[in-house]
Amino acid sequence: MKLNGGQALIKSLEMEGVDVIFGLPGGAILPVYDPIIDSPIRHILVRHEQGAGHMAEGYAHATGRPGVAMVTSGPAATNIVTPLCDAYMDSVPMVCITGQVPYAAIGTDAFQECDTTGITMAVTKHNFLVTDPQDIPRIVREAFHIATTGRPGPVLIDVPKDIVDPQNPRSAMDWYWPETVDLPGYHPVTHGEPALIREAAELILRAHRPVIYAGGGILKARGAEALLELAELCDIHVVTTLMARSAFPDDHRLALGMPGMHGNYTAVTAIQESDLLIALGSRFDDRVTGKVAAFAPDAKIIHVDIDPAELGKVRQPDVGIAGDSRLVMEELIRALSELGAPKALPDRSAWKSRLSGWQERYPLTYEMSEPGELLKPQFVLETLRDNTPEDTIVASGVGQHQMWTSQYWKFNHPYTWVNSGGLGTMGFSVPAAIGAKVGRPDRMVWSVDGDGCFQMTAQELVTAATERIPIKVAILNNAYLGMVRQWQEMFYEERYSEVYLSPDLPDYKMWAEAMGCIGMRVESPEEVLPAIEKANEIDDRPVVIDFRTDAREKVFPMVPAGLSNSEIQVDPNQRDGGR
Amino acid sequence: METRKHHVLSVLVENKPGVLTRVAGLFARRGFNIFSLAVAPTDDERFSRITVVVDVESAPLEQIIKQLDKLINVVRIDELAPGETVERELLLATLRARPEVRGQVIELVGVFEGRILSVGYDELIVSLDGSPEKLDDFEELVGNYGIVALQRTGRVALRKLHRRTPLSEVPEAS
Repeated sequence: MKLNGGQALIKSLEMEGVDVIFGLPGGAILPVYDPIIDSPIRHILVRHEQGAGHMAEGYAHATGRPGVAMVTSGPAATNIVTPLCDAYMDSVPMVCITGQVPYAAIGTDAFQECDTTGITMAVTKHNFLVTDPQDIPRIVREAFHIATTGRPGPVLIDVPKDIVDPQNPRSAMDWYWPETVDLPGYHPVTHGEPALIREAAELILRAHRPVIYAGGGILKARGAEALLELAELCDIHVVTTLMARSAFPDDHRLALGMPGMHGNYTAVTAIQESDLLIALGSRFDDRVTGKVAAFAPDAKIIHVDIDPAELGKVRQPDVGIAGDSRLVMEELIRALSELGAPKALPDRSAWKSRLSGWQERYPLTYEMSEPGELLKPQFVLETLRDNTPEDTIVASGVGQHQMWTSQYWKFNHPYTWVNSGGLGTMGFSVPAAIGAKVGRPDRMVWSVDGDGCFQMTAQELVTAATERIPIKVAILNNAYLGMVRQWQEMFYEERYSEVYLSPDLPDYKMWAEAMGCIGMRVESPEEVLPAIEKANEIDDRPVVIDFRTDAREKVFPMVPAGLSNSEIQVDPNQRDGGR
Repeated sequence: METRKHHVLSVLVENKPGVLTRVAGLFARRGFNIFSLAVAPTDDERFSRITVVVDVESAPLEQIIKQLDKLINVVRIDELAPGETVERELLLATLRARPEVRGQVIELVGVFEGRILSVGYDELIVSLDGSPEKLDDFEELVGNYGIVALQRTGRVALRKLHRRTPLSEVPEAS
């Protein structure tokens, strides 16, 4: 069968099972957009290429399947660099297709030319420049294989226009579909080394103060069930990092919640005081470790990661196991059972009572607003949490609202938390929520956003309204770049430099309505619940609620950057003599 | 040159456009230092070999190898430990050689088994190959006469052969 390169590209995406592309056409990618008309693949026309990238990420977070974005050359390609870097940092499977100027024009500074593969080399797991239409099926197959196996990540395919343009005889190719991939330099590990699994199991059986430090790799490996089984078998408490929220049910008796810079006191302190840290799909990020030299000083480390380069990158493990975290957990469970778990476990009642003591003494806390004061963001989040279905998918932006959402939400279903952890991309929330809703139309999807974040990508609500993607957005509008304000208050002597945004400009309610959404404004506590209930009932268009929140509110606990986790600062009301 | 902080990696890569950029870019963005680099196709045209001498004071060698290994086009990495390798490097130099000392310079080139490639009124161009240490020694000695220009290739290296009997284990792939 003879096809042109554009047809071959779309057909290859169909062969990979792609059901939706997030994109925006332009000159160089035009020939690939023509066959989309005849394809069963749904295309969602975004309003900015950054939106396409974050939607693809949100889709991948919620479904586990690779998200696909397609944009044109030059400025479109540079606009999608941020989502690529975001996906690279958070190991999100994603395939991005970019148009390129005709092959012969590459290097001539042609109109809308940029060195896309050069620019994106550092922010993709791999990228390709297609030079022959005959290579298209093979490259698409390889791209999806690379994006979804091993440590997942973004892969970019740059397609020169002449290769896909039916007007050009050079674009003709004979269709084929490769059943296998041949990548001589790519052999991701999957199973753990049996001797190391055994060693890890023995360490676990000897530990008196063990903690499971669960990372985003568990969600990427679809390993939430295995984690639950492992934790229950060994009766070990679990902290879930920002990237691992929803990997372990927050209502479980062994759940300790989020550790790190804004982790709760018990999660942070349990790690610090542990004698064995079982790191599963986590990477000892600086936001978790604080000062590395003082991190979990008495703990032996078991580190499981699919990326061998993570083992020993920050902290040398006592047992480092390269492997898929789900498979390694299953192997660990077998080894532990063979060694006599749970009967063979030592008595850890002293440790457990220390943990519950910390939980009782230092719960998350805030003070309700006085009449006439602005809303407390934590109150809005608790009301939202308690009045949405338990399997609601929550997507957040980056900043204070992100930390509060992670702290206060009760995640009891895996893959319900969508956020930008590693790169910390403001503006992530709205497009990521749209992508998640496209991937999981059966779920309620709430975007919890800050007013600063919202202004960066809000135009994608036009996309959502047009495409009937009924997400709901809660803006925690404190009229500030809140996290920056918090740092200026705490570390820059309350000298507030360039952080004020105004609560009324823009008018979020009117802006939402202009974009085809329902807009609401909420200023007092008694209006919070009715607004949420009203939003929950709307299923034919997006809803935006402008919650007016108190800018003085700060995120606690906090481990200031560069300090040891042992120097955690709890809420001022809890500071009556330390721990 | 201190060998203690320099390690030689022999990196087999797919012979595809941009591979050198990927390797060099990785070193740059991870903060690893390259001391020297030599690249050429192997006997199998699908692959090239990059011999890279890395400064392991900038990062642990293990981390450099693991990060390199993540590049899709990197097929195989061998760390060539000092003493277990055959190493060669080529040096080209334009040397100051006024007529009254020209004989001494030529004698020095002869001692090092170098070759004279071009002769001018008061300059010579010479080539010399050998171990990096030998080239260092030569550079130091001819420096007394004056070096106008000097270019070294960076080293290429292969693992020394083991004296296997025909019955021994399957030989390692290249």
